[in-house]
Amino acid sequence: MMRVALVDGPIDVSALLSQVSDDSCGAATVFLGCVRNVNEGRAVSGIEYSAYRTMAEREMAAIAREAAERFGVTRLIVEHRLGTLGLGDVSVAIVAAHPHRAPALDAMRFAIEQLKRRVPIWKLELYVDGTREWVANAGSGMENAGGVGAQSQSAPDSHPPAFGGHPIPDGVR
Amino acid sequence: MTVTVLLFASYADALGKSAIELDVAPGSTVRDILGTLSAMPGGNRLPPRPLVAVNQEYASASTALHGGEEVAVIPPVAGG
Repeated sequence: MMRVALVDGPIDVSALLSQVSDDSCGAATVFLGCVRNVNEGRAVSGIEYSAYRTMAEREMAAIAREAAERFGVTRLIVEHRLGTLGLGDVSVAIVAAHPHRAPALDAMRFAIEQLKRRVPIWKLELYVDGTREWVANAGSGMENAGGVGAQSQSAPDSHPPAFGGHPIPDGVR
Repeated sequence: MTVTVLLFASYADALGKSAIELDVAPGSTVRDILGTLSAMPGGNRLPPRPLVAVNQEYASASTALHGGEEVAVIPPVAGG
């Protein structure tokens, strides 16, 4: 069970867990990303997620394949939700299962770290004061870019990927 | 020949559109496309070296185009 998906409705974590695991699995791990009520001191009311859908699903599938090769995990599901989410809503779920805990934990961590760096998904943060802003992930290799109008991006080797995986190129030359 | 340029998130806001059909000369590269975009209204709000994907794979400035490609200009990603 290797599966990745972008979804437009709520993520059913229990369903994912029952899909990913069976009686051979002594371990199942879950990572959930949720909408937080504050970011950098600003009160957040929600997040609007959008994506380059075809490429995002392709990158998510590549990450799942890499996790399988790297950790020997054959049971992994990655789902990311798009659209407008409220506080506490689950935006991303990674579930992994394996006979033993270490590969399940490692694959889950690998998948979320890579997703945050490489997968073309964006978030528009909506603030309680009515303003909104595009925000970038730390570790996307672009966090110093400051969004539109930024002057430069970092050198490729200044952001080694957490697991030595495939970083995105840091801007074209 | 033509290519389809896709813009997302803050870059779509900057140029006020999310897709542009561009006529390009044979032998053009990603760098040429970025030059054309930067000269469009709002194009000065793009960073000088944004991430680009050609046909859904990350590409470099020197990637050659042959017509018919989907060229996506990718803002800093923010999934998770």
